[in-house]
Amino acid sequence: MSGDKPNPPLWSSALILAVLAAVCTALVAVTQRTAAPRIAANEQAWLEQSLAPVLAGLSYDGKLSESTLVIPTPHTLPGDESVSVYRVFADDQPVAALFVVTARDGFTGPIKLLVGIAASGALTGVRVLEHKETPGLGDLIDSSRSDWILQFSGRSLADPDVSRWAIRPDGGEFDQLTGASITPRAVVKAIKETLLYFDAHRSEVFARSGETVDAGAEQE
Amino acid sequence: MSTSSDSFRSGLWTDNPGLVQLLGLCPLLAVTGTFVNGLGLGLATLLVLVLSNALVSATRRFIRPEIRIPMYVLIISSLVTCIELVVLAWFPALGRSLGIFIPLIVTNCAIVARAEVFASRNAVLASVRDGLAMGAGFALLLAALGAFRELIGHGSIFARLDMLFGGEPLRGLALVDGGFLLAILPPGAFISLALFIAGKNELDRRRQQKLSQLQRRSA
Repeated sequence: MSGDKPNPPLWSSALILAVLAAVCTALVAVTQRTAAPRIAANEQAWLEQSLAPVLAGLSYDGKLSESTLVIPTPHTLPGDESVSVYRVFADDQPVAALFVVTARDGFTGPIKLLVGIAASGALTGVRVLEHKETPGLGDLIDSSRSDWILQFSGRSLADPDVSRWAIRPDGGEFDQLTGASITPRAVVKAIKETLLYFDAHRSEVFARSGETVDAGAEQE
Repeated sequence: MSTSSDSFRSGLWTDNPGLVQLLGLCPLLAVTGTFVNGLGLGLATLLVLVLSNALVSATRRFIRPEIRIPMYVLIISSLVTCIELVVLAWFPALGRSLGIFIPLIVTNCAIVARAEVFASRNAVLASVRDGLAMGAGFALLLAALGAFRELIGHGSIFARLDMLFGGEPLRGLALVDGGFLLAILPPGAFISLALFIAGKNELDRRRQQKLSQLQRRSA
């Protein structure tokens, strides 16, 4: 391409690159400006949408994201990170608490779970938020792949008894998955631990409402 | 002479970036577990390829050998960033499903290869056409591999097509119960691609054979 022409001065190459960089940066900046509100709205919608399945049939007021409680480590919940709890109220009465917990002992990594517990102590539902389990085996815990995770709705520490909160091969009540027992075992254990935590800390989980609403209040 | 059908024959078949040039294998193997993921990443790559070819071609008067790679990198990485933002804003479910593989389009060597080999030497319109042809070849291969692996691995097809086209979440059309797990695991990606390449070579061989038979007969 340079052919028999003399080499152009170095500064002109730098100039070309600088102009191109400016144009490209402008392009990215404009796109980012246009997309940012939609991306933020999508994330909000995704949160509400992921919480919705464990809220089936409950009536509540307010935006869920505005009643978030963060339980810092150390705690007895599954996982070794701080846990977000979305509290659900109706007329200032606690309706349910939705825990985002992590089962550390999955087959191929941590499993992020959403565990919804009604004020009464019964599960409103459980969903898998994130996992890396084997496709076709462990990934059947995901509600988009099978109905396995639905069996927990309505269960509580009394149904079945605490000692029976395990998968069948371990002497418990719950179905395992064909070809996979480590994954369901981890999920059942995490749900049980969350139920035990809620049982022991129920009043704290709902009472701290006054202190932590500020997390969402500033958006208004 | 029809350059348009030539570039499409080359992109879709004779020089298919995935099947023949074996470029961009990282996304090709990683995201083709399902049809919708393959198609989604294929379309995103197609878009980047068309736009980057257009931009590289439009600026080709300024391209100098010593700074051409930084220029390609600037153009391609900006485009990929824009596409990523667009996907996150307008196709959020697909964005979540493809995750890191959208930003990784930037490392797809098929794109820089077309910039170097074609767009930097041809007019804008021809470069756009080349981008379309090569991108379509890549996207079709990704979608076909995804469909093949999903069908064999899950026994169903078209799961979560809603991520691209909206609507209610779909579990997919179940054809048989369960599937042959290997197909959706990483080794299945390699094996499936190998089968596709072998199939293409076999088709080419047969056509060649027929052609030479015809020539012999007419001679």
